[in-house]
Amino acid sequence: MAQQDISKHRFTDGKLNLRRFHQARWDEPVIFELSCEGQRGILVPEVEQGIQDEVGDVLATLPDAMRRKEPPRLPELAQPQVLRHYVRMSQENLGADLNVEIGQGTCTMKYSPKINEQLAGTPRMADLHPLQDEETVQGVLEIMYRFEQILKEISGMDRFTLQPGAGSAAIYANASIIRAYHESRGEAGQRDEIITTIFSHPSNAACAQTAGFKVITLYPDEDGYPDIDALKAAVSERTAALLITNPEDTGIFNPRIDEFVRVVHEAGGLCSYDQANANGILGITRAREAGFDLCHFNLHKTFSSPHGCGGPGCGASGVTEELARFLPVPTVEFDGEKYYLDYDRPDSVGKLRPFYGYVPVVLRAYAWVMSLGAEGLREVADISVLNNNYLLNKMVQIPGCSAPYAPGKHRIEQVRYSWEELAAETGVHSEELGVRAADFGIHYWTSHHPYVVPEPVTLEPTETPSKEDLDEYVTVMAHVAEEARTDPELVKTAPHNSTVHTVDHAPLDDPSQWAMTWRAYLKRIGK
Amino acid sequence: MEARKKLGLIVNPVAGLGGRVGLKGSNGAEIQKRALELGAVPQSLNRAILALERIEPADDLKIVTYPGEMGADVARSCGFEPTITGSIEPGKTTAEDTRNAAAEMLRLGVDLLLFAGGDGTARDVYNAVGDELPVLGIPAGVKIHSAVYATNPLSAGDLAGLILQDKVSAFREAEVMDIDEDGVRQGIVSAKLYGYLKVPFRRRFLQGLKAPSKPGEQAAAAAIAADVVSNMEVGWLYVIGPGTTTRAITTRLELDKTLIGVDVVAEGDLVAVDVNESRLLELLKGRRAKIVVTPIGGQGYIFGRGNQQISPQVIARVGRENVVVVSTVGKIHSLGGRPLLVDTGDREVDEMLGGHIRVVTGYNEQIVYRVAC
Amino acid sequence: MTKERAIVYPYIPNSVLAVKQQMLQEVGAEQIEDFFEDVPEKLRLKRRMNLPEPFLSEYALKRHVEGILAKNKTAGEYLSFLGAGCWQHHVPAVCDEINGRGEFLTAYAGEPYDDHGRFQALFEYTSMMGELLNMDVVNVPTYDGFQATATSLRMACRLTGRRELLIAGTISGDLLSKIRDYCKPGFAIKQVGYDPATGQMDLDALKAAISEGTAAVYFENPSYLGFVETRGDEIAGIAHDHGAVCVVGADPISLGVLTPPADYGADIVCGDIQPLGMHMQFGGGQAGYIATHDKEEYMMEYPSRLFGIAPTRVPGEYGFGDVAYERTSFAEREEGKEWVGTAAALWGITAGVYLALMGPQGMREIGEGIMTRVRYAMLELDKIAGVKVPVFHAPHFKEFVVNFDGAGKTIAEINEALLAREIFGGKDLTQEFPALGNSALYCVTEVHTKEDMDRLVSALKEVV
Repeated sequence: MAQQDISKHRFTDGKLNLRRFHQARWDEPVIFELSCEGQRGILVPEVEQGIQDEVGDVLATLPDAMRRKEPPRLPELAQPQVLRHYVRMSQENLGADLNVEIGQGTCTMKYSPKINEQLAGTPRMADLHPLQDEETVQGVLEIMYRFEQILKEISGMDRFTLQPGAGSAAIYANASIIRAYHESRGEAGQRDEIITTIFSHPSNAACAQTAGFKVITLYPDEDGYPDIDALKAAVSERTAALLITNPEDTGIFNPRIDEFVRVVHEAGGLCSYDQANANGILGITRAREAGFDLCHFNLHKTFSSPHGCGGPGCGASGVTEELARFLPVPTVEFDGEKYYLDYDRPDSVGKLRPFYGYVPVVLRAYAWVMSLGAEGLREVADISVLNNNYLLNKMVQIPGCSAPYAPGKHRIEQVRYSWEELAAETGVHSEELGVRAADFGIHYWTSHHPYVVPEPVTLEPTETPSKEDLDEYVTVMAHVAEEARTDPELVKTAPHNSTVHTVDHAPLDDPSQWAMTWRAYLKRIGK
Repeated sequence: MEARKKLGLIVNPVAGLGGRVGLKGSNGAEIQKRALELGAVPQSLNRAILALERIEPADDLKIVTYPGEMGADVARSCGFEPTITGSIEPGKTTAEDTRNAAAEMLRLGVDLLLFAGGDGTARDVYNAVGDELPVLGIPAGVKIHSAVYATNPLSAGDLAGLILQDKVSAFREAEVMDIDEDGVRQGIVSAKLYGYLKVPFRRRFLQGLKAPSKPGEQAAAAAIAADVVSNMEVGWLYVIGPGTTTRAITTRLELDKTLIGVDVVAEGDLVAVDVNESRLLELLKGRRAKIVVTPIGGQGYIFGRGNQQISPQVIARVGRENVVVVSTVGKIHSLGGRPLLVDTGDREVDEMLGGHIRVVTGYNEQIVYRVAC
Repeated sequence: MTKERAIVYPYIPNSVLAVKQQMLQEVGAEQIEDFFEDVPEKLRLKRRMNLPEPFLSEYALKRHVEGILAKNKTAGEYLSFLGAGCWQHHVPAVCDEINGRGEFLTAYAGEPYDDHGRFQALFEYTSMMGELLNMDVVNVPTYDGFQATATSLRMACRLTGRRELLIAGTISGDLLSKIRDYCKPGFAIKQVGYDPATGQMDLDALKAAISEGTAAVYFENPSYLGFVETRGDEIAGIAHDHGAVCVVGADPISLGVLTPPADYGADIVCGDIQPLGMHMQFGGGQAGYIATHDKEEYMMEYPSRLFGIAPTRVPGEYGFGDVAYERTSFAEREEGKEWVGTAAALWGITAGVYLALMGPQGMREIGEGIMTRVRYAMLELDKIAGVKVPVFHAPHFKEFVVNFDGAGKTIAEINEALLAREIFGGKDLTQEFPALGNSALYCVTEVHTKEDMDRLVSALKEVV
């Protein structure tokens, strides 16, 4: 047979056709099912004869009750089998390295540069003990110090801590600092309310509650903006703080944010800026100019550190000079000659974590900023916003898809769309569209719950997809929306090309059936 | 062979008749006649078909229904061979037919009673079955005030399908409203709370669940009650309006709340039950008081639908700052962004209540939401 | 006009000018600046950010960062006896291989059908931990052992409706600081005294302190100070007699040889999984676990994700998903269930790989080997004049307190002298535990050879 132009099957007018995608499907048993008695995956270093001779049977020093009798029933596999098992499972995911990862809106799923992985993995980062003498860790302390200076410039805040484990932990850290502040002024009992908005990340409410505050959530006005009149109705002498995201998860920037801050300040409260959505405003607007007292960044979002299936990440919390005395200890300082850890902070909220935070994540963030500089960060913001508006323009052209609120306005870096029209027409819900989208190798995320926007999908392209990537995503969305009309059964019975089919949730909600470990599962099935 | 699942179906053929031709409601033979003269086409049959089409006919699913336009026609056109019970006079169906049909289905022990109609139909169903049977409404009337209806026929059908597959086990009590349709026609909306029907609801397949446990509606109401009770002060009267969420408050105090009336509580005891306006005014003399209300019906009214005993005078006497609104977040979100509403009958009091109000949504949790008049 | 930047960034495909312009045209915007119309002038940063000049080429960036990191000395280059919450264990190559795979590294929050691998790997991790701990419910990891402990304590408070916490007197100052911050306001935190001879909890003091208001009794096994608490069953018994929850912090790498706390009455077990395949990373390898029995009232209180196994809609196929329990009741003194967020999932997967490689035999051998080496170190160190070991007459796992009261030098001085010999001495405990005098916390693991320990001994002989 003669050679054929394969491109014709793959591309139409230069645009990639729908992928004939199929996800890896290994039908891989649970590791316990692969166990073969006696196999070893790794051997442990032996104790030298000289030591054994001197010590004898060390387990004899343990009282009988403290000696483990039954070995743990861990699986037994040889090394190649362990490796293969995990590599297969690794293939059964859709990460940012694999798919056009714009469907996990609010998560800022951008490219995590591999050079930063290399740097984070070198022994001079990976094999440092946190309590080593400071003169032996000047390099890593320098990285932490320099990165703090970078965050100070990006946000305008005066001091940062890199200790919190991720975004929610940073929100909690800020809530703890707010609590300490009011305590120091004798107003802790009086100021027990924290205000947030429904379109801010739910952790703002949850973390405030954990810190002992009552939470008041503001609902938006008709146009989807945070409602300043609602805020005025919410503030009082009981107000401790406002925790707010801007732009919110709808992608809409609140132009009156400084007024919001003023209203809260006048009531005696502090303002904390959840900068989870910072990707679109780097170099454009800052926490300081809006008047905020605290802020936080998610280094595994804006600053490119990979998400790792759900961590580790890092939440960097920033404060004004006035609040710096409450920061968790230690901070990283520089005396002109050397870097050191400073624990001398009598008003500190204390330790929020062991040691200093997820330092390799800080290293990646630092390297990422240093590869871009001020111009580059501005380009990050510009292109993430361009990508988002390009995507918005195309998405709302899909029949049945709309972008509620702020009609005719541009969005910053993400949009919460609604398939309400399509759902009313076809009875197919947003989640069902998302499941079918997986058949083409892409992710899709609706919204936090409970839904405010009906039939939602939240898309956040960031700056790392290409125009072709964006077009591909829209092609899939348009195709799936059309299938909802022409072949709803196909959509409703999706996924067809994923690793497994949809899970039956009933056993996961039922205390008499759920099993969170293999041993619990064996009990359920009577083994 | 005994069918595994029985679905009861009642279609009120005259529901929604008036709406399209500008007549409010469809109760009464006169109105129906007028509507048909104006060329009105019954909407409820079409809506019922849209809903029933979502359910696959199956050998182990039996549809129980009334003859002709009260359900059998719809069932057949969707490919079912229904079991028909009762008898009607075609073209002259009445509220009593609806009640009889519902009672019959209760007797037959259907797994779900699906009905197409409006507020009137909901009341008739309620009169027959109370809360003994799960029911679900297919909206087919004019503006519906009762909260027992799905948002549209398609979702009614989908939800019914899930119930028949045993995929739904959660129920809530939904308000049935008594709307005076004559009054509506004269431009006066007057609604009373009539009762509660047991309506299923489906926790939607939600993506990316982040926490293993969260409160269901009942737990949420209990949390709200805990918050309200913990803030109750000695020496104050608490005027508790009707609603399932407010009832959780009296439950927490181990008191018996009247189903659809306004009760008064002080220091953990019932002071008066099922009060009217004048009794309230009497009780309020020289006392400090708070009013606790929750949105009633599907429209989000916190005053003016179902709690008119809490009159504008009562509200003015108590003062806006002493009005406590409670609601689960789920109920707020079902408003779809529309504001809470007030219609006390007094323009000034309405305006006083308008703006933004705090709503207790959990223990130590509040929201601030818009109120419109 | 779009500011015409000449630079095309490798991570920003659409930074190519022609592409930018084409996209703008399609959207109908003149310039990117139009999209920021909602950001008022007064809030704009009107200058370029004052950041260091970038290294645009990958080579230059690498050289820059490596240049800074070159100022570090790794624990491997020196001889380290540091522990105290972060420990030097061997990291199997397969662990690094798996957590370096881009598919795991860059996955996040997909669904059970398209992120099946992530769900399965984490379910296997929790399952293997369940075997180690002899418990049926284990969470997807939280940030670190401190968070796991603090959350476990608050879970106990929610379970019992009480607010008093009794904490062992031998926990680290840092952990106590975390607990004090996290269990606030309205919680009462009391430490229980310990027997200075053994380090073990003073049971009489416990009995005196406990009441019907106690939510939980917390101790660690092995302790922060390295000894094994041998009367855990009695502590649990006292806790239970008063309706309190018994919470035990346990180092998972000890559980191949030590009895799992569940077996002597622990209700909640928590700790840090860093020893199971994570490099130390200057404290960046921490991750926390919380485990309980499968009881509904405990399950309701977890703020972390819990993954369960369930059939899919295709017969014979199974998948995994989030347990999504809907609480039907509201408990007295209910507080929010803390929060759930990005934490340390990749370390959970890594710990699973570690446990799978080690198997039951490996876990036993490593535990026994560590204890043997520790015993050797203790015996040898005690022979040095001026050095007293052990301080606590109890079995030890991988750490032990060394007292230098007779040495005539402070710990700081001793450690400085050791540093000159390229040895990291044990953590200085003089501030944290003044009652222990001039003491340090030494850690010995499977990475230490006889030669290493003999070297420490000769160095100390020279120094003290």
